[in-house]
Formats: sequence, structure tokens, C-alpha cells
Amino acid sequence: MTDATAAAALAPKKSIITVDDRTQKRNAAEKRFRAYGIAAIAAGMVFLVVLLGSILLNGVTAFQQTFIQVPVYLDPAKVDKEGNRDPEEMAKVSTFGYKPLLIEAMAELVTERGIETEIAPGDMDALFSSSAVAQLRDRVLANPDLVGETVSFNILAASRVDGYLKDRVSRDSVARDKNIDAGHLDIVDALRAEGDVVKRFNWDFILGSDASESRPEQAGMGVAMLGSFFMMLVVLGLSLPIGVAASIYLEEFAPQNRLTDVIEVNISNLAAVPSIVFGILGLAVFIQFMEFPQSAPLVGGLVLTLMTLPTIIISTRAALKSVPPSIRDAALGVGASKMQSVFHHVLPLAMPGILTGTIIGLAQALGETAPLLLIGMVGYIATNYPDGISSGFLDPNSAMPAQIYEWAKRADPAYYERAWGGIIILLVFLFAMNAIAILLRRKFERRW
Amino acid sequence: MPFYWTLATILGLAALGFFLGRHRAVASVGGERRKLHSLRKYYGINVAMKTLTPALGLLVVWLIAQPVIVEWRVSDLVAGTDVADTRVQTLVMVDVRRVANGLDTAVAAGVLSEADAASLTADSGTIRDTLGDAGVALGSDVSAPVLAAAQRYRTLSARADLTRTVAVLAVALLGLGWSLRETDGDFRARNVVEQGVRGLLIGAACIAILTTLGIVLSLVFNTIEFFRIYPASEFFFSTTWSPSFGGGSQLGILPLLWGTMYISLIALAVAVPIGLLAAIYLSEYASKRVRSVAKPALEILAGIPTIVYGLFALLTVGPMLMKVFGDGGLGWMQAGTAVMTAGLVMGIMLIPFVSSLSDDIINAVPQAMRDGSYGLGATQSETIRHVIIPAALPGIVGAILLAASRAIGETMIVVLGAGAAARISGNPFEAMTTVTAKIVSQLTGDADFSSPEALVAFALGMTLFVLTLGLNVLALYIVRRFREQYE
Repeated sequence: MTDATAAAALAPKKSIITVDDRTQKRNAAEKRFRAYGIAAIAAGMVFLVVLLGSILLNGVTAFQQTFIQVPVYLDPAKVDKEGNRDPEEMAKVSTFGYKPLLIEAMAELVTERGIETEIAPGDMDALFSSSAVAQLRDRVLANPDLVGETVSFNILAASRVDGYLKDRVSRDSVARDKNIDAGHLDIVDALRAEGDVVKRFNWDFILGSDASESRPEQAGMGVAMLGSFFMMLVVLGLSLPIGVAASIYLEEFAPQNRLTDVIEVNISNLAAVPSIVFGILGLAVFIQFMEFPQSAPLVGGLVLTLMTLPTIIISTRAALKSVPPSIRDAALGVGASKMQSVFHHVLPLAMPGILTGTIIGLAQALGETAPLLLIGMVGYIATNYPDGISSGFLDPNSAMPAQIYEWAKRADPAYYERAWGGIIILLVFLFAMNAIAILLRRKFERRW
Repeated sequence: MPFYWTLATILGLAALGFFLGRHRAVASVGGERRKLHSLRKYYGINVAMKTLTPALGLLVVWLIAQPVIVEWRVSDLVAGTDVADTRVQTLVMVDVRRVANGLDTAVAAGVLSEADAASLTADSGTIRDTLGDAGVALGSDVSAPVLAAAQRYRTLSARADLTRTVAVLAVALLGLGWSLRETDGDFRARNVVEQGVRGLLIGAACIAILTTLGIVLSLVFNTIEFFRIYPASEFFFSTTWSPSFGGGSQLGILPLLWGTMYISLIALAVAVPIGLLAAIYLSEYASKRVRSVAKPALEILAGIPTIVYGLFALLTVGPMLMKVFGDGGLGWMQAGTAVMTAGLVMGIMLIPFVSSLSDDIINAVPQAMRDGSYGLGATQSETIRHVIIPAALPGIVGAILLAASRAIGETMIVVLGAGAAARISGNPFEAMTTVTAKIVSQLTGDADFSSPEALVAFALGMTLFVLTLGLNVLALYIVRRFREQYE
């Protein structure tokens, strides 16, 4: 009895209302740990915001392009020497013949607006893109009646002028630039005030084709987009049936044996093989051994098919697995064969899951670049729209991510803007595909 | 277009076979469908299947084999001349093929008649101009044996094309006839069709094996070829990487491996703490609402293509680091492309990878263990640190290994963000290069595939494949062991 009271007296008096040191320490540690977690998530979010922010910030300007509104007098003496307005005769006049027209028109526009400049009229070609001349020629050849009249044209401004309006080119950087002088920029400022130089939405960036290194103002994603489209057709057409067939076999029919084990191990390992190795496979097997054409969307599609197959197989198997066995049993019970129970009942029920997985696999394939580098879809300048379906598969083309890579490698900073813009286009496709996948899942997902 | 016509014809035959088979089955029982063994569509499918499958199979095999055989038959024509070793021979064969294709284009464009193309001789020296008219550019003038070989190539190819069409159609017709003959009311069509479908399913499943086989074979053969002309010991132990396409290259893998490891290490140093802590917070602390927002948001990072990260490294992170560590700041950095740039960006890319894998693993730790720890009076963070993490450790190690294998195999970020100089150095602000980046630079461009400078890429690919495969197998083994422990 006394022992017990003595022991109680020895222990320090503690109130459970005031928190002691040790508990305080432990609670602080708890708070700290929680803060680390929040900090980690915040860091992730910050990275996401910075990444998306820099894409948007740098890329949005690519969708706008500077144009110059200039009235051009189509001198019959230069464009149509014979004077009979025959397009075939006129086609003999090359773009060289048209360039003076534009230069004169520019110079005239400048004097008409009363702009004082020390730039010689002959140097006015620094203001507009070299593709503008070809534009002009095409317009005239398409409509020979324009010859002899003064027609107002909307021509692409040179990339330096465009950069000046987008703050990419400054007066300091122009001092070291051979292509353009500060005087040109004065003209641009004056013409802009008059409304002759305008920035407009540029459909050609989305629909156009790639251009040579010296004229970034003309380059667009359109042809590369078609290349990607044809590749995705191949991937969809091959990987969906093969992936579904393989999954059905593994999930519904495969006996537990060596072969099945080997296939399963193979699939899970293939899913983790670096994509560049698939590029090597494509190069060695499809191009070296089978001698398929280089840079063709067909080959790109085949390589990406092999790459996406494991993804599709894994998600399809999960979808098949989620169909309860009672469905199979009921089908077998009313006399269906095993094959019929799978194809008539299990597969339709698993379809939403399969499609979701396939779309996500396709989105992955759409953004993949590394294997395309090896089969030559990079370095090829996509300039022509394929004519017809078979040429779409077999003619050399680029693909969206490959085109972005190509632009990122070029020296002119104007191409960096294009690359960011291209990324926006690519991401729009990816987000759309993922959104469809999520919607599909929301709408059709069944819980058993 | 004969290829497409062949394809269309056998598809048409199959469609025809479907209706014929169905009709014949019904007719054989006098229109009383109840007497048929199977539903009548199965008789149709049976005929279509037997028409289509063998013919298509033959077509595919033929398409793959034909160029190989034709080249082999042509090769002895050029072999007798100046061609001693196989390396030069492949180059000559490329020439032969180019000339043959040029002649084809010329004939198609109407510049040459078929007879002219067959009787051209090299002495006239005009082949290059003639082909030039048809829009085919040839690098050098065509030598007599090459021209002869090209002409032989064309005749053989034409003959093979014809034989192929005939053979494929014959097989299709044979299948059609045979399957129609066996069709009658007692024929067990459904069972046969289901057997066939099952075969197709197995075939599809085997494509995974074929892919692996293709990867391994294409790597192994080219690697052996490489080691035949370049000593393996030099490749594995030399510390210099300086390829020159003129010859006399030094192709040591060590600087590339060093760059790969260094960049991966930095990437993991970024991704593992952030990813792991995020996973712990999301699975242990976060409310359902936070989780439903933060988890998908982090996973967006995983869905962004690597080319985007590459550009981000090159144009945003590189210049940003330059401002701090470059000449204007601390002066440690020479250019925007460096190990640090690539490593940081790759780390960002790997965050969702680490976090979602660890999330799964932490969730797999049974609730009873948490409850036991709380019951002893531990706080939540003590439970996590002393109970959950140790229990989940094998799985987390597996996840980190998987992330490491991802980092090693990553290409676009290092191609754009890490620079191109192969060197071994400890300074993370210096440009270095990796195995993947060098595979790309050695295999893009117009190098011929028989030079050691191009073949080395296959040896690099082999190294990469073995490394990542090893890491994966190890990681999967660890993860699986861990799962079994708690199931």
C-alpha cells in the first residue's frame, strides 16, 4: 500500500491538459512530415504549371502570323510578254520575274504613305517572305485576267518582321543581322500604324507543309499531321485486332503451360523495353531486311504497333477479367460453345474497357518520337500532301512529334516558336483522345 | 498495282466462298435448315476462312522472301568483279537496287520502253542522263556489271511477281474448292471454324514472342557483325568516344554509360523524394477530394510526350539554369545543354511514374498493420515511417528500379537537353551524352549500315536492352515477391 503511494509520488506530476515536451516534439514531427508531403505535391503541381505555362506562353504566338497588305501593279510587260493571257505562255516567267513587281509595289506603298526612309527601294525584299513571290505568281497564273490591273495582295511578311511584331526580334539583335536593318523596322512601325501590316490568325501553320530552313514564316504542321494520321490508322488497324485476339486467348483459352508463361513474361517485358529499341527493330527488320521504303508512315505505324501492343494487351486483359464469370457460365448453360460465349457475351461487355485502353495506347503512340528518328521520319522535310491512300502510307512523310523535333533542331529561333506551337497542336490531340477515353469509361463502365 | 489486285481478288474469292458455302450447305439438306449440324453462317465462314488464310499467309511469306532470294540470285553476277568482302557487296546491292528502281520509274514515266530498259548497255554512258530525265538521280555513273545486275534484278523481280500472283491465286482457289467439297449438312462446320479462330488467337498471342525474337535477333546479328570489325575489348573498356565516318574511330562505351548513369542518377534524385512523398501523402493523409484532383493532375505529367520534355529542357530549363549557374551567375555552366538540364527534366517526367507505383504498393500494405501501430499509440507519421515504409520497402525499391530503367532508356530528353559531347566528368553542369542519344546520332543520316560507326549503334542498343531488361526483371521479381507476402 505504502509502496504504491511512494511510486506515485516519485512520478512527475503530469496533467493531460498541458502537452509535455515529448508529445510536442512528436506532434511537430507529425506536422513536418505532413508538410513534406504537401510540399512534394505542390512541387509536382508547380512543375506541371510551369511546363504547361511555358508551352502556352511560347507556342500561342505561332498561330498568328504577320501579313502585309500591298497593292501590286501586275505589269503586262513583265508578266505576260506575249500579251495573249495564255497561262501556259505566262508560266515561262519564273518567280524571278515576279520579284521586281513586289519590290516596286512595296517601295510605292512606302512613298505613298509618306514614310521617310534611307532604305533603297531595291532592298524592300527584306520585308516580305520569299514565298510571297511564289504566292503572287500562283495567283496570277490561276487568274490571268488580273494582269494589267492593280490588285491588293495579302502577303506573308518576312520572319524577322514577324519576330519584330512578336518581340522576338529587337532593334539590338537587328544590328548584327544581315537579313534586315533597323530602317526596315521603322518602315514596319509606320506601316503598322497605317494598318498595312497586320497580325492575323494563320491557318497555314495548322494546315500547311514544312518549309526550308530559311523561311520559317511559311512552315506548317499539316502534312506532318497527315503522316501521323496514316500512322495511327496502321496502329489502330493492326494493334486493336491483334491485341484483342491475343488477350482473349491468354485470358479465356490459354492452358497453364510453358508457352503461356513465356508469352506472359514476354508481354510484361516488352512493355518496359525502351522505345528506341523498337526503332532499332524497325530499322533492322522492316527497312534493312524487308526493304520497306524509309520514312514511310506504313513502317512508322508498324513499329508503333509493336510498341503499343503490350499496352493494349494489358488493358484488354484487365477489361476481360472484370467481366464476371457468371456471364460466361450463363452463356455456356444455355448451350453456347466456349467461343460463342466469349464473342457474343464477354467481348461486347468488355468493349468499353478495351476501347479506353486502345485510345490511351494510341495517344502514347501519337506522341512517340524516338523510334521514328531511326526509321528516317526525321530529317525528311514534309512538303507535299500525299495524293491518294496508298501514297499516304508509302510516300515519305514526317509525323507530328518528328516535325517538332526537326524544328527544335533548326538554328533560327523563329523555328522554336513553331516547335512550341506544334506541341500545342499535338497536346490538343492527346487531350482530346484522353478525354474521349475518360468519357467512354464514365459512360459505359459497369460495376458488377 | 498487281499486289493490290491480288489482295482484292483473294478477298473477293473469300466473300464469294462465304455465300457459296452457305448456299451449298443449305442445298445439301434440301432447304431444311434444322438438319444442318451448325448454323448456316458457319459453313460460309469455313469456306471463306480456308480460302483466305493460306493464300494470305503465302502472300506475306512470299513478300518477305522475294527480295532476299532475288538479291541472292543477282549477287553472283556482281560477285565475280571487284567485290571481295560482304561489306562492299551490300553497298553494290544498294546500287543495283537503285538502278533497277530507276529503270522502273523511267519505264513508268515513258522515257524508256520496256525493251530499251532491258537492252541498255553501260558503254553508251547515257544511263545517268536518261534516268535523270525520268526524275531519278544517280550519284555516280553506272558500271557495266551493276547495270547487268540491275537488269537481271528487274527480270527476276518481274518473273517472281507473276509467279507470286499465280501461286497465291491458285492456293486461294484450291482452298475454295476443297472447302466447298467438304461442305454438306453433316459437316461439323462450327467446330472447324472455332478451331480455326482459336489458331488465329494463338497466332496473335505469339506476336509478342516474335517481337522479342525480332529485337534480339536484329540486335545480336548486327552486334556480332560490329565486333567482327571492331574489337569488343576496345568497345567495352575504352574511355574515348570519337566516331569519324572517314575511319579510325574510337568507339568506347564508357563515357556514354557514365553520362547515362549520371543523368539517371540526377533524375532519380529529383523524382524519388518528390514522387514517394507525394504518394505517401496521397494515400495516407489526403482527403478524397484532394486525392481526386491531385492524382490525375500528377498523372498528366506522365501522359505528356517526351519530345515535349525535350523541348522544355532545351528552351526553358536550359536557359533558366544558365541564368543561375552560367557566366552571368556562378559561372559553372558553359551552355544550356548539360547533365543537370536533362536530369532535372527527366526527374519531372518520372515523378508520376514513381508516385503511382508507390501509391499502389503503399495501398497494398494491409490495414491491420496500421491499426496495430495506432493501437500502440504511434502517430500517423511514426506509423508511416516505422511500419508502412519498411513493410512496403521491397515494392518501393522495385518501383525505383523500374523508374531507373525508364531513365536509362529515355531518348528525346537527352537528345535535346544533354548535349553531344561524350566525356567522363564529375561536373553536372557540363554537357555529356548517353547511350540512347548516340544510337540516334549514329543511325540517322545517310551512313551505310556496314560501317563500324553505324553498326556500333546496334551494340549500344544491345547494351541498353540488356541493362533495362535486367533492371525490369529484377524489379518485377521484387514487386511480385512483395505482393505475395501480403496476399
